[in-house]
Amino acid sequence: MSNVSLTSAIPLLLKAVPRSRNFEAVLLFWVAGIHAFALSQIQLAVNQVMSWDMLLYWAPPTVSAWILHYVLRKYALNADGLLLPLAFLLNGLGIAMIYRLDLAEITRGGTDLFAERQVWLSCFAMLIAAVVVRLIPNPLTLRRFPYLAGAGAVILLMLPAAPVIGRTVNGATLWVGIGELSFQPGEIAKILLAIFFAGYLVSRKGPLSEIGSRVLGMKIPGAKDLGPVLLFWVASIGVLVIQRDLGTSILYFGLFLVMIYTATGRAFYVGIGMVMMITGALVASRLFDYVGSRFESWLNPLSQENYTAAGGSYQLVQGLFGMAHGDVIGSGLGSGFPQLIPLAESDFIFAALGEELGLAGVFAILAIYLLIVYRGLRVANTHQDEFSKLLALGLAFVIGLQVFIVCGGVMGLLPLTGLTTPFLAAGGSSLLANWSIIGLLLVLSDSSLKRVSA
Amino acid sequence: MNRQVRRVGLALTVMFIALFAIASSIQVVRTQSLYQDARNVRAAYETYKTQRGSILVGQEEVVVSGAVNDQYRFLREYDSVLYSPVVGFFSVFTGSAGIERSMNSLLAGQSSAQFFEQINALLDGNPVTGAAVELSLDPELQRAAWDALGNRKGAVVALEPATGRILAMVSKPTFDANLLSGHEYEPVNAAYRAYLEDEDQPLINRAIAGDLYHPGSVFKLVVAAAALESGRYSTTTTFENLADYRLPGTTTTIQNSSGKTCGEGTLVTLEQALIRSCNIPFAMLAVDLGQDRIRAQAELMGFSDDLAIPLSVTPSTYPQEMELSQVALTGFGQFDVRVSPLQMAMVTAAIANQGVLMKPQLVDQVVASNLNVLSQLSPQVLSSPMSRETAALITRMMVDSVEFGAATNAGISQVAVAGKTGTAQNGVEDPYTLWFTGFVPAESPEIVVTVVVEDGGGIGQNGTGNQIAAPIAKAVMRVVMDR
Repeated sequence: MSNVSLTSAIPLLLKAVPRSRNFEAVLLFWVAGIHAFALSQIQLAVNQVMSWDMLLYWAPPTVSAWILHYVLRKYALNADGLLLPLAFLLNGLGIAMIYRLDLAEITRGGTDLFAERQVWLSCFAMLIAAVVVRLIPNPLTLRRFPYLAGAGAVILLMLPAAPVIGRTVNGATLWVGIGELSFQPGEIAKILLAIFFAGYLVSRKGPLSEIGSRVLGMKIPGAKDLGPVLLFWVASIGVLVIQRDLGTSILYFGLFLVMIYTATGRAFYVGIGMVMMITGALVASRLFDYVGSRFESWLNPLSQENYTAAGGSYQLVQGLFGMAHGDVIGSGLGSGFPQLIPLAESDFIFAALGEELGLAGVFAILAIYLLIVYRGLRVANTHQDEFSKLLALGLAFVIGLQVFIVCGGVMGLLPLTGLTTPFLAAGGSSLLANWSIIGLLLVLSDSSLKRVSA
Repeated sequence: MNRQVRRVGLALTVMFIALFAIASSIQVVRTQSLYQDARNVRAAYETYKTQRGSILVGQEEVVVSGAVNDQYRFLREYDSVLYSPVVGFFSVFTGSAGIERSMNSLLAGQSSAQFFEQINALLDGNPVTGAAVELSLDPELQRAAWDALGNRKGAVVALEPATGRILAMVSKPTFDANLLSGHEYEPVNAAYRAYLEDEDQPLINRAIAGDLYHPGSVFKLVVAAAALESGRYSTTTTFENLADYRLPGTTTTIQNSSGKTCGEGTLVTLEQALIRSCNIPFAMLAVDLGQDRIRAQAELMGFSDDLAIPLSVTPSTYPQEMELSQVALTGFGQFDVRVSPLQMAMVTAAIANQGVLMKPQLVDQVVASNLNVLSQLSPQVLSSPMSRETAALITRMMVDSVEFGAATNAGISQVAVAGKTGTAQNGVEDPYTLWFTGFVPAESPEIVVTVVVEDGGGIGQNGTGNQIAAPIAKAVMRVVMDR
């Protein structure tokens, strides 16, 4: 260790796993403190006084996080010590911002409040993560049902298009609803898909990576092995057509490509897959108005025509205005105007946080996401079992890719899509799915040091 | 499989770097352009939240933001119309003007100088309070200039020649900023429309902006400086003393304002021509000097220059590429020479300050809400348009002009006043523009005063600068002399 350069130190740092539950506990204290600080700052900035109201937004999630911590102590003592505090930090930050938007809504006499609901949904999601930890001590049990998971994913994906319960919100058919309750099944489907891919690819790894013929020095698998790629490409395009959402389509297809690449080591799959996806997206932008107008708004958000068009770039541009207003250090929680951005509490919560926390906050939030993704990849890197490796990789990647698509969309790097911002955005399905992913990653990290057998 | 995992990690890292990059581009590079987009209402909203800083004149708050119980939280209140042309107005509906506009970021607490206050505000959640702006105006002089100008249209500028501090700046007619700062759209809009449609343009600060004026004979100071600086002329250089002068290359003739020759004799000196303010010798002088020399001298004194005091001053102009006949006319400030009263005050101040022109400034200091001084006036040399000797010679001629020449109405007993009048023509039938510019005391100048009165002071072509403008300047100068 005497002459370690900075670049060689990074992998070493990443290898030093803080598995200690005591370390996690210390971090949880810190995070709870940050949440309390954020909430009180919001109250002071908006109402000029602090009130005990904030306990409602602070205490229940904190208690839930401690319950999850306790379950980990009991059932997954060696689980990664960073995942829970990091995800909890984002979750609480999201609640604070939603509470802040609620206060603005109350000021202007509105009644669309989300924070309290978000608090209880967060608690529920964290408890579900605890249940995942408790019930799946050995992740290899999941390997037994790949096709069940795959079928479940397909059914969930089809649900929004079903009559009666299917719902279209903002042009995207991503929802099912019964009465007051609504749900985005696609969020849960991504976990089932990762389980399915991991199970399927581990068993079919051989044929998929066999050399077919060589074209231009590249190894091309035989036609029958291309079958699954084609099939899934068609399915993803199907999602795009049925759900009318490019983001979901790219998320699933990207997950598939990365998992097949990891399992086989053939970069060819990624190459051909990306070509197919881009072609599909371009063709779709020609064929379907809703994709085309998204592209138009993306390429030219500031044009007056797109700005005023129905379903145009108004929301995107308001988000950009907000972030620009935030500048480097932000306006301060409670001191900006995030309420001017439509759907600031859900789709555009990233822009809302960017306005009030500034570039500094944006960097911090992205860094936290990246750290969560790295922790997941670390599990994939160290785990002894191939199924667990693939599953951890898939779950970590799906969080990373989703953040990239959503935040890239909000900031105008990519066309805007209907995906949710993990842990931050208001919405139960998203919280439930992402906390379940954290639960699975925790379990996987706990078992990564053990020799396991199916 | 670990190699693939690392590569996936690398790919995700690249994606996040792209996010970091686009965030930096929005929140650092494109901040200004997005913030200033007309569709972005945040800039307007932002100003409502802050208690805007006060504007002070001589330790007295003349503009304050008082707390009110409506959505804008603070109402801008203006003490007196005396200061309207300088402080301008700050309106929720119709924008802003004057100091309210040019010092907006400091008054609103948004300037980079208030960075630490902004950090504090960020931590305690209270919005920044704006900084107070203290003007260099002297309330007594401002009042004297206001009263002396009376009901006439025009402007008065007074400044301290050694520092450039502006001591008085009056423009009439003016407006009541309280009518524009209200929080109800209808009355504010109606008042604003009425001011805009008013022929007299009350929203314009005539001392520094608007259509500017023909300087007439006060421009002779610039021509005289150019002549003396050229080294080819002295105060005793003589010109043919004519009663009629035919403009070169034309059949048009011009006369002195007396209609006769410039005093007795067949020859007249430059000195006599300036003291008596004769047009013909200066027309000849201008032709002889050439337009480039005069323009160069004028530009040294601030012509064609974008000046921010911090109000932005409309540049005065000396025309380009003229015929000789037109050059002759510019010799006594006619044709297309156009000046602001402040510009003429600057010319005068350069003479008063021994040939060194100080930058005119309106803001003494800016004090943050935590009493930190954010900026303080420091006198700045703008240029050195003439030698000390030239300045002394012109000063002597201006003193003589007040003592027994064309500017006698500015005389104050027992003090040497230096002055120059102007009576500029605007068209065959149009009323004259009447000028006086001068300083006092001549030997160690404390104050420069420039007065312009439009529309012949209400008596058409019958008034002269000496008759109407000089007494106004005298009233202001007396205040300083009586102290």
